[in-house]
Amino acid sequence: MERTALRRRLTWQVGTVTEIRQETATARTLVVDVPDWPGHLAGQHLDVRLTAPDGYRASRSYSLASAWTGETIELTVEEVPDGEVSPYLVEVLKVGDPLEVRGPVGGWFVWRPEQAGPIQLIAGGSGVVPLMAILRAHAAAGGTPPAKLLYSVRRPTSVIYLSDLKEIAASDDVEVTFAYTREAPPGEPRVGRVDADLLDAITFTPKDEPTTYVCGPTPFVEAVADLLVAAGHDPARVKTERFGPTGGPR
Amino acid sequence: MDIVSPGFTGRRRSGTELPPGQYLTHEFPVLSAGPTPHILPEHWEFTVTTETGEVHRWDWATFTSLPAEEITRDLHCVTRWSKLGTDWKGVSLDTLLADVETGADFAMAHSYGGYTTNLPLEDLLDGQAWIAYEYDGEPLNPEHGGPARLLVPHLYLWKSAKWVRGLVLSDTDDLGFWESVGYHEYGDPWKEQRYAGD
Ligand SMILES: Cc1cc2nc3c(=O)[nH]c(=O)nc-3n(C[C@H](O)[C@H](O)[C@H](O)COP(=O)(O)OP(=O)(O)OC[C@H]3O[C@@H](n4cnc5c(N)ncnc54)[C@H](O)[C@@H]3O)c2cc1C
Repeated sequence: MERTALRRRLTWQVGTVTEIRQETATARTLVVDVPDWPGHLAGQHLDVRLTAPDGYRASRSYSLASAWTGETIELTVEEVPDGEVSPYLVEVLKVGDPLEVRGPVGGWFVWRPEQAGPIQLIAGGSGVVPLMAILRAHAAAGGTPPAKLLYSVRRPTSVIYLSDLKEIAASDDVEVTFAYTREAPPGEPRVGRVDADLLDAITFTPKDEPTTYVCGPTPFVEAVADLLVAAGHDPARVKTERFGPTGGPR
Repeated sequence: MDIVSPGFTGRRRSGTELPPGQYLTHEFPVLSAGPTPHILPEHWEFTVTTETGEVHRWDWATFTSLPAEEITRDLHCVTRWSKLGTDWKGVSLDTLLADVETGADFAMAHSYGGYTTNLPLEDLLDGQAWIAYEYDGEPLNPEHGGPARLLVPHLYLWKSAKWVRGLVLSDTDDLGFWESVGYHEYGDPWKEQRYAGD
């Protein structure tokens, strides 16, 4: 393992917001210029730290949405009603403001171009963020190996990265499928959660030996990962990232 | 460098003292690297392997017939939530290790599903660690590590290996799963030891 490379000390760095893109009514992408950003792998995340005038601080984790290009990083944040950090990032932060970050973190939920086998991506809601980074790294690597994205959203207006995804789907390198849980666009008959039949119909089979990346709210990740294992996928090739913040009472 | 986030005031919700960087939750979130393994108690066993290769073994019946303790502790997860006063039932590692002869300083916990995490052996002794099999008066469900998980509440929760199947004792401090991808080797929440080098 690249243990030594990853075991360096992570320090807080002050970035500057250089651009903000509204993705949906409740999500936006922050482009942040971080001097000396050490680079990252697709799928990794960082910690964001906010400081109030009296010194009070709050931190949360956010996935890196961009593949590493050297100069800037991108985060996409979905506002959690009542939350402490996400409403600030979605409603308050402006271009030119400083933003403290620390990362990259995580060496498991990552895709490396040299990795063998097809890529199966399965996103629920804002879980699409690290999977978008994987798609961007995949495109930068020439669009191989074969890749598929299944993206579960409430309704058509909840789709983050709609234009990027249309472009990726049009390139024929990646098969993109949406699953709508509340309301589907005209002409799309299926409304409902991701289930065994849908996975069977549109994902790579266990025989294809894909590496599967499942990301989203905890109950979504639990349900999909269980279905994949039941369908015969090797648990060691099913990588999960649970966004929380809460897994629901148990 | 100290900066202020323009327009941020925060929502200080918890009056309780928590480790730095943590917030209080009343839910029980789940964090693991892959799918949840489902292991039936009749297929479960727990082993302790010493540095000389000696193996001590418990199946579900012998394990659950050991003296168990009721444990109430606060949990702190590196993903920043803390949950206070959680209730568990389990067997103390002091009980499990009572007849194990070892001079080892370190332990690697191994789980069904392949997960590993490393701990100093002394952190598993003296009433600090358990193999827990009940949560809130109910059998521990698979999502939270059932049938049985390691419980080491004074360290970040990733050290409390879910679906635990054994400990391997050793003279050397090797790195477990999260520790080898950038997380701290010890993980004390009060010192905020999240990542390597903290
Ligand atoms: C590895 C990782 C990567 C992530 N990547 C992304 C990403 O790319 N994009 C993204 O949008 N999110 C991501 N997340 C989720 C993100 O870290 C935050 O959890 C999310 O933004 C919510 O934070 P918040 O501060 O707004 O809400 P919080 O303040 O944490 O609140 C969340 C919810 O809990 C409730 N709550 C919290 N504290 C209390 C309390 N004391 N009493 C009652 N209710 C309470 C709130 O009402 C709210 O509903 C990621 C998470 C992880 C772990």
